[in-house]
Amino acid sequence: MSEALWRRKDLLGLEELSKEEIELILSTAESFKEVTTREIKKVPSLRGKTVVNLFYEPSTRTRVSFEVAAKRLSADVINIATETSSVKKGETLIDTGKNIEALKADIIVMRHNCSGAAAMLARHVSISVVNAGDGWHEHPTQALLDIFTLKEKLGEIAGLKVSIVGDIAHSRVARSNIWGLTKLGAKVMVCAPKMLIPPAIEEMDVVVTDDIDEALKDADAVNVLRMQFERDEKAAFPEQLAYFKEFGITKERLSKAKKDIIVMHPGPINRGIEMSSEVADGTNSVILEQVTNGIAVRMAVLFLVTQGRETNNESTH
Amino acid sequence: MKVLIKGGRVIDPLNNLDKVCDILIEDSRISKAAFDIKNSADKIIEAQDKIVMPGLIDMHVHLREPGREDKETVCSGTKAALKGGVTTLLAMPNTHPAIDSLENVELLKGIIHKTAKANVFMVATITKGRKGEELTDIAGLKKRGAIAISDDGNSVDDESLMLEAFKKAKENNLLVICHCEDKLLSANGVVNLGFTSTRMGLRGISKESEYKRVERDIKLAEKVDASVHIAHVSCQESLEIIVQAKKKGVKVTCETAPHYFALSEEDVLGYDTNKKMNPPLRGKDDIEAINKALKNGVIDTIASDHAPHTENEKDIEFERAEFGVIGLETELAVAITELVNTGRLDWTGLVKKMSLNPAKILGINKGNLSIGSDADIVVINPDKEWIVEKQNLISKSKNSAFLGRKLKGVVEYTICSGKIVYKL
Repeated sequence: MSEALWRRKDLLGLEELSKEEIELILSTAESFKEVTTREIKKVPSLRGKTVVNLFYEPSTRTRVSFEVAAKRLSADVINIATETSSVKKGETLIDTGKNIEALKADIIVMRHNCSGAAAMLARHVSISVVNAGDGWHEHPTQALLDIFTLKEKLGEIAGLKVSIVGDIAHSRVARSNIWGLTKLGAKVMVCAPKMLIPPAIEEMDVVVTDDIDEALKDADAVNVLRMQFERDEKAAFPEQLAYFKEFGITKERLSKAKKDIIVMHPGPINRGIEMSSEVADGTNSVILEQVTNGIAVRMAVLFLVTQGRETNNESTH
Repeated sequence: MKVLIKGGRVIDPLNNLDKVCDILIEDSRISKAAFDIKNSADKIIEAQDKIVMPGLIDMHVHLREPGREDKETVCSGTKAALKGGVTTLLAMPNTHPAIDSLENVELLKGIIHKTAKANVFMVATITKGRKGEELTDIAGLKKRGAIAISDDGNSVDDESLMLEAFKKAKENNLLVICHCEDKLLSANGVVNLGFTSTRMGLRGISKESEYKRVERDIKLAEKVDASVHIAHVSCQESLEIIVQAKKKGVKVTCETAPHYFALSEEDVLGYDTNKKMNPPLRGKDDIEAINKALKNGVIDTIASDHAPHTENEKDIEFERAEFGVIGLETELAVAITELVNTGRLDWTGLVKKMSLNPAKILGINKGNLSIGSDADIVVINPDKEWIVEKQNLISKSKNSAFLGRKLKGVVEYTICSGKIVYKL
């Protein structure tokens, strides 16, 4: 079934995926999640394949998650941190990609601070490219694991009200979540001070508010985002304490929401800025389950892009 | 040397001419235009079913010489011009060094004299080093041959300095070409501000950053009755301001570039850096407004804004890549395909936009086929289709926004000062 549906060699973002493709990743992830509960948490699906983690930005969670996912699929994993590589010597992204290809790697998992970098790399190499976050643009595997977690908790995405709160403007997680959730039929609301709402975001089929109580009201889930201070100048952000007062997710605010509202966060959390510790560690929080689910989702993605590439190669031979 | 162009459809709006006839060129000038000229010419061009029009005049070209000969030179750029039917062009002064002093004008003049294949007019800068701080010797630059002044790529932020520049330009009967951009408002943007910048996760360039500066520059020109030409108009709001100014009798003219009517912001969604230019590709409403303004005459001329860049500067991350695209070899075909074949402009309208009007704006005796005029002529096969491909471009740089696009209309002959300088 998957071979018929999945024909892409790359995963660059959720904007370009169909509902069916997203559902395929989620169902594939479900079967891989079962693997992670076994005593021997390893399958031979990608044995003999090489996955290169190419990270132009610091990352712990995502890089380790991809590494664990690849290893559980029996792939060999190589990590390249750009601070210690030829990139420092001025090598271009395309040259770096072509060199990795020449080393006969099969998949590049890339994080980059420029929007569109993954798309550009994918055009220039014939091996698979998985976007692990590009600038403000997309972070597809994060959104997929968020959606996977929601689905696991609530069963069905269609009809859910999901609010995304925080730094929407600079957030690739927000964009990927919006594309994914709306394709699956959820109602999405974004909530932030006006300066953190990017222009014309309504055209992505979301409702915009700057009233946190409205965002929480009737919401089945709230996805709380970190302020991405590293991505813009200071003037682009609100003052931290004032922000927490007006938008921070606190126990008191949650008490007015649905009792079993799901609280998500892609991490790392800035406790006391976007949410209180009580909430982060409270019973509504699924933050650590998201991390666990990330492995299954990334296993599914690595598996599918490999299949997609092999299917393409066969059909062109 | 006598050249006879036989049986083409001759379009010459200055003389109200749109009919099949022959044109005889003797030495560097047009000597006769009539039906069935009997003459023993040295060279006869059979032009049946072809369009014969005055050579294109492109008011906005970056030849990159001196300084960035790896991108383009006066020689390579003018060769590309001739292939595209452009016989006269304005060289923008943002070179290295900039054309901001008498010495540098002389330097460029020397290069043009030695290597140019087409007519090149020099634009000098408004301020020294294009820094917006100190005016150049505008009178001196004019005397040495500058036809206009512009800080293209930059706008002079200092209002009183810009007013002073308009005064000096007026005194010296020089045209001021304005790159209208308030960089505080465009704020390091790289694509159109709005849904496009949001979905691509890139910084946006607002239309306000353009039209506010259009408004200011027109206001300043009006104050001292100077002539102002607004470069690369990309949005509706700028056009509205220009319309009002024209109605009031301000001496304002403007240009747009082919990519602003043939492409939209949706073309940039794949992060193709050959769709990255400044101002950026805009939305559907703006494209509609530009097409309308081409039709009703608010936009006077089409210029390429030919901006060559090497692959090293373009094949990198989108936000780090240089702004700009080449256009000399494609502008005529894009205009034929998008404007003539769609009925937005007739041939006379096209010749006005690309030849007669720029000649009028610049006050040069070109852009027409009158007896005695400079024999700058293009012979076009209007029906022949071709695909824009890298290997067929002769410009040193290959950063065309139209790569892969099928266009209609091919230049078969370009004649410059009576000589056949390009032949398909």
